[in-house]
Amino acid sequence: MYVAVKGGEKAIANAHALLAEKRRGDVSVPEIGTEQIREQLSLAVDRVMSEGSLYDRDTAALAIKQARGDLVEAVFLVRAYRTTLPRFGSADPLDTESMRVRRRVSATYKDVPGGQVLGPTFDYTHRLLDPDLAGCSNDPRRPGNDADGAEETLDDASGVCPKVLSFLEKEGLLPEEEDRGDAPGDLTRQPLQLPADRDIRLQNLARGDEGMLLALAYSTQRGFGSTHPFAGEIRMGEVEVAFRPEELGFPLTIGEITITECETVNKFTGGGDVPASFTRGYGLTFGEGERKAMSMALVDRSLRSEELGETVKGPAQDQEFVLYHSDNVEASGFVQHLKLPHYVDFQAELELVRSLRRAHAENAARDSVFRRAFP
Amino acid sequence: MSAEENIDVSIHNRLHPPMDPVPPDRSLADCPHPEGRSDDIPGKDLRQAEVFLKGEISGHKGIFAEGRPETPGYNFAYLDEQTKRMLRRAILKAVAVPGCQVPFGGREMPMPYGWGTGGIQVSAAIMGKNDVLKVIDQGSDDTTNAVSIRSFFRRVAGIPVTTSTGEATIIQTRHRIPEHPLREGQIIVYQVPVPEPLRWMEPSEKETRTMHALEEYGVMHVKLYEDIARHGEIATSYDYPVMVGGRYVMSPSPLPKFDNPKMHQSPALQLFGAGREKRVYAVPPYTDVRSLDFEDYPFSVQHWDKPCGICGSTDTYLDEIITDDKGTRLYVCSDTDHCAARLASRKDKRGGPDD
Repeated sequence: MYVAVKGGEKAIANAHALLAEKRRGDVSVPEIGTEQIREQLSLAVDRVMSEGSLYDRDTAALAIKQARGDLVEAVFLVRAYRTTLPRFGSADPLDTESMRVRRRVSATYKDVPGGQVLGPTFDYTHRLLDPDLAGCSNDPRRPGNDADGAEETLDDASGVCPKVLSFLEKEGLLPEEEDRGDAPGDLTRQPLQLPADRDIRLQNLARGDEGMLLALAYSTQRGFGSTHPFAGEIRMGEVEVAFRPEELGFPLTIGEITITECETVNKFTGGGDVPASFTRGYGLTFGEGERKAMSMALVDRSLRSEELGETVKGPAQDQEFVLYHSDNVEASGFVQHLKLPHYVDFQAELELVRSLRRAHAENAARDSVFRRAFP
Repeated sequence: MSAEENIDVSIHNRLHPPMDPVPPDRSLADCPHPEGRSDDIPGKDLRQAEVFLKGEISGHKGIFAEGRPETPGYNFAYLDEQTKRMLRRAILKAVAVPGCQVPFGGREMPMPYGWGTGGIQVSAAIMGKNDVLKVIDQGSDDTTNAVSIRSFFRRVAGIPVTTSTGEATIIQTRHRIPEHPLREGQIIVYQVPVPEPLRWMEPSEKETRTMHALEEYGVMHVKLYEDIARHGEIATSYDYPVMVGGRYVMSPSPLPKFDNPKMHQSPALQLFGAGREKRVYAVPPYTDVRSLDFEDYPFSVQHWDKPCGICGSTDTYLDEIITDDKGTRLYVCSDTDHCAARLASRKDKRGGPDD
């Protein structure tokens, strides 16, 4: 009797074995390599790196393989690994203006210094399934697909592609962001405390679930706390990471990472004695993560409602609502923990409901006796 | 006995590995290289080692498995020493202010949130090499998650584990307090999903922190009163709020209210860890823990009309099991270790096997 619980340990071992088997799938089909995932499922890798908070394409590819392609599970694997890593220090802030740009668009100006560069975007593809891809002959250099030379970067001319929003800053139409000089907080070391400053909010959003941010950003556009955004600039490309070892005192470039950055120009503030000026939302992801970067910028701007003196009425403007529910590792764990046994609590509820029903029946019986006696 | 003395007993100077900026055996964990050998993956040993104890859960004395070597590539008890220190500071603060929720820098653990990551972090922070660990879930040592957590610690800390409440120095639990009374020197670590007792009345953390600071617990009493007005009794059967040390209203984690009286003046140190919410709180030994009630509606615990179907106990918390498709019910002790021990002592008294 009661084997369902006693058999637990053997059941776990069997489940793990079955999981490994399902992960591999049909053995007559060649096994997928992590290099293939890294190279050919690169946007999945980018998402796992962003939400996993760890820039390492190989680790992310391994996590995706191990998670059978479940990206939230892969994010979890990366997070659990990341937390065991020693920290050597913080890099210098990235200089995204010096990015080697592979994609750069602005929706606020028809043309900007540096130009508009589409880069590798889905934006203008027709979403028609391509039967050619079903085979394995999808060399991008096949006839009719002139990929050679398609990739042009902007660094050949001036080397620097100025930030679109800097033109607004120079005109005084957009407040410049200042470095206050204090070290940014770190959610992975310190628990979230509210109200949270913008550094913490941005870190939370950068680690946050893409789906959650997308829905929140969308909700602001549909009227739940509108911030009237324009895509001031979206840029994607490579930036150098500089680290300043204590014993040297000057920065060393330790590598290069791919990032996507989005800055939105949002509704203006001002009035009374203060001249009107635009406001800004900011989004940043590892790799190519344009949907996430844009969503993040919209949500970042929404979360500034309080500091900018706007009424907080939409969920996306509510710090506590957004920051406590954006993390998919936390959310996935807590939602799914409901499948762990709860029979002790349920037993307590069962007893309670039965006793309430008993009391109810007794009351009803007493009432009917009373009514019959005194019609 | 003061709280400090007790903490000292539990987190005393045990032989921890010396701290190095980069532990020499961390090389595997530090440099995963999927391009390299496939066995260069961090946590490989953890994954490939057999997951379970042999011959677990059988006799009445409690199974006692000897410690085994720690898993290479990880620090003792998984967490690094800095993290443990941070956690211990938070725990000390929690012990000093009984029932107060103390934020801590929760880490991502290799188990999902909701699987006991808070309790696991607290246990890891207080664990020494001489500790003996017991893990229960729903009162039982052999539910899947209890098995998994116990084997995790046996693997990464190499400490002995047991199913016997009496033998354990650290008891990690989800949803129950063992029936066997706890003693001085023992630490019970609760896994807590939602540490905030006021959460169902006030969703905002900012607000509830203020309410605790101002000792503003009116809403809780109103809630209990509304229960009585609507149902004729306080309709809370688990996670029943308690007042700790006459100051803080505290969530006892989702214990059935049956267990609430065991928290009052307990000789053991009680630590609560909420991983996802990143809070710890504590009830030091011999502290008042009062379940909230009204003079005319005093607190009461569940009782069953039937005894345990296995050991015949009439004073323990029983689980209801449906044994066939006609809906026949069997009631058995939720605390499996206690039930087995009781059964064994009954057999011993009769001097022969039961039936």
